[in-house]
Amino acid sequence: MTMASLWFWIVAVMITVYVVLDGFDLGAGVIYLVAAKTNEERRRVLRAIGPVWDGNEVWLLAAGGTLYFAFPQLYASSFSGFYLPLMMVLWLLMLRAIGIEFRGHIENPVWQDFFDVVFALSSVLLCVFLGAALGNVVRGVPLDSTGYFFEPLWTNFRLGPQTGILDWYTVLTGVVALVTLTAHGSHYIALKTDEDLGRRARGVALLCWPLQFFLTCISLLATYFIRPEIMSNYNKHSLGVVVPIVVFSGLAVMLWATPKGKEKVAFVASSLYIAGMLVGAAFALYPVVLPARDHQHDLTIYNTSADVHGLSVGLVWWVLGAVLATGYFVFVYRMFRGKVRLSEGGY
Amino acid sequence: MDSALLIHRLHFAFTATFHYLFPQLTMGLAPLIVVLKTIGLRRNDPTYHEAARFWGRIFGINFVLGVVTGIPMEFQFGTNWSVFSKFAGGVIGQTLAMEGMFAFFLESAFLGLFLYGEKRLSPRAHWLSAVAVFVGSWLSGYFIIATDAFMQHPVGYITAADGSLQLGSFRGFVLNRWALWQYAHNMSGAAITGAFVMTAVGALYLLVNKWSEYGRIFVKVGVIAGCVFSILQIFPTGDAQGKLVADNQPVTLAAMEGLFQGQTAAPLVIVGQPNEQQGKIENPLEVPGMLSMLTYRRWSANVRGLDAFPKQDWPGNIPLLYYSYHIMVGLGTFFVAAMVIALLLLWRGKVFTTRWMLWILMLSAPFPYIANTAGWLVAELGRQPWLVYGLMRTQDGYSRAVSAGNGMFTLLGFMGMYTVLGILGLFLIRREIELGPASSEFASDFQPVAEAR
Repeated sequence: MTMASLWFWIVAVMITVYVVLDGFDLGAGVIYLVAAKTNEERRRVLRAIGPVWDGNEVWLLAAGGTLYFAFPQLYASSFSGFYLPLMMVLWLLMLRAIGIEFRGHIENPVWQDFFDVVFALSSVLLCVFLGAALGNVVRGVPLDSTGYFFEPLWTNFRLGPQTGILDWYTVLTGVVALVTLTAHGSHYIALKTDEDLGRRARGVALLCWPLQFFLTCISLLATYFIRPEIMSNYNKHSLGVVVPIVVFSGLAVMLWATPKGKEKVAFVASSLYIAGMLVGAAFALYPVVLPARDHQHDLTIYNTSADVHGLSVGLVWWVLGAVLATGYFVFVYRMFRGKVRLSEGGY
Repeated sequence: MDSALLIHRLHFAFTATFHYLFPQLTMGLAPLIVVLKTIGLRRNDPTYHEAARFWGRIFGINFVLGVVTGIPMEFQFGTNWSVFSKFAGGVIGQTLAMEGMFAFFLESAFLGLFLYGEKRLSPRAHWLSAVAVFVGSWLSGYFIIATDAFMQHPVGYITAADGSLQLGSFRGFVLNRWALWQYAHNMSGAAITGAFVMTAVGALYLLVNKWSEYGRIFVKVGVIAGCVFSILQIFPTGDAQGKLVADNQPVTLAAMEGLFQGQTAAPLVIVGQPNEQQGKIENPLEVPGMLSMLTYRRWSANVRGLDAFPKQDWPGNIPLLYYSYHIMVGLGTFFVAAMVIALLLLWRGKVFTTRWMLWILMLSAPFPYIANTAGWLVAELGRQPWLVYGLMRTQDGYSRAVSAGNGMFTLLGFMGMYTVLGILGLFLIRREIELGPASSEFASDFQPVAEAR
């Protein structure tokens, strides 16, 4: 495997880790107003994600930084091309952080209601944006011979040569992401809380399942319909069969575990489902990193990566950093394990 | 100037300036919180632990604002400065990625433990989490400074066949001499902000005669730290930084000092207004020969003026650069004066009752923010017209795909968003100061220990 391929998979794995980890606190935000009714329940949801959400979000920054380091041309093209939605993502991330962190500083019901709505709404929108972003990358963008493009927010919702950020396909992937992360967050809250709150979270997860199953099938068919060439890697490498197995067994285990109250199993299954979907998409794209509507302008690992010396040096510190980061995460999650209690004995 | 270029520059300048209001306090407070925790642990004194918790809450608010305003900085390299990113990403991608891997993970994981975990951790482990937050925030600073230092003084790179810059020597790039001195100067500036803010809150508590026990701790710790770092800020860090500019960016030095004509025994202008059209300083108040002395350690040395360089290589906005530099230096001098007097009073045991000194200390809190902002303006305006000094001009680096209109839209969006963030942040910090230390029950979600008592 070449250096560039290795870094492709490192970035893909980092993005996957980001979605699995930040996904559950985004999902917790989506169900926040529905599942947590009283002030006490809302504080429990925030306490469940409080010590970890910021660290989870760092995976986005670290993945972004690593992408910049390994594929500067890709970072330059995609970030300037997706200019408008990225700026909106930034604003949503700000609002969401404020909603989570500042609520606990003010003992005033009106302010708390305000922060609650800010947190929930920004979480919903971020889920949709993340899904739509992935949809854009899979569908391809109007790159030209300069290696740059600019997408308006929407055009006519069809997939012509000049696409917008939103069209029927990316709206579909946005909804898939919303439902997936809602379920993911519900499993997490069911795992971390009990009583009415835990029961309601489990109820939401059960409600999500048929939708998630249906949307998974539809989105896979739609992807094949708009880009049949995504199958080429799967046809070439028989290893690819692992992806659908992981995705559908993840769904099956969720269906089995959720009603039985095996929250930990359901949460792990949901994580595997997300990992399967994302790694599957990366596997389908490889070695393309950003497909163009016109395939001769595709950005690939070969025409976007940094120099091989820089990539080799990076491998040394990246491995060290990843080991340390994993250590911190294991430590922090262990420290805050168990059900959330607001009183003594919990955290 | 091309309007898209102007808007992209303003976009980065505005978001970076606003962003840095927060990290300078978090980086400045982090070591002081470690000091409070250490004293608390060694003397087994609950007052110091409570003081650390109080500053932890203010740190937490600032940290959130620093994080959310910091994410756009990383994004803007790609969104607004894509041509620059393609050109230099092969080198500066190293430090930007390392910041995520080494600093952000460390900082975020241990801040969670520091704020939420005091009840679950042993006192020593809680102290260690404070140290980890300190190390994380200071590491983060280094990676950013190393990135900026590459733009100021590019070393350790090679030019690839396609014209882009790629990593040549990792050591050379990461241990850039410019980065080491700029880091020392910058971190000392952040520590001054932390020290002045801590002192100001302490002075307020002593003046209103409330939480005086804490007020004395804050003033004592703040004045000692403030004195040390105010001096370090000028010597050796500021002095060394100035010499690097003189050696590597002589045109910048001339513009900072308002030296339009090169001369031997060049004077140091203390005040005066630069007149760019006529190429002179109006109403100058000067110290003869001082600039030659400071720059070359000889009274009679020849200092090159702006006239020694082609006009296309002059920093674009000379008056702003000149004023920023003079404001920075003027305030730096004030910091030393204020803190040395306060330290003398502290040594004589009088500072806690000397009301005029407490008033000065309380009202000085905004000045380090102004000085740090002015300092960064000097660094970045002084780098103009270059984006990477000598290698890429600013006008060549912005995203061609992003139109001026879209840039303006998001710039206005950020201005609106940051106005709200700023008001909210001030409101929450003011509230914490008013509730004071030993008020943990109000913020029980963040401070489980008080709840347990």
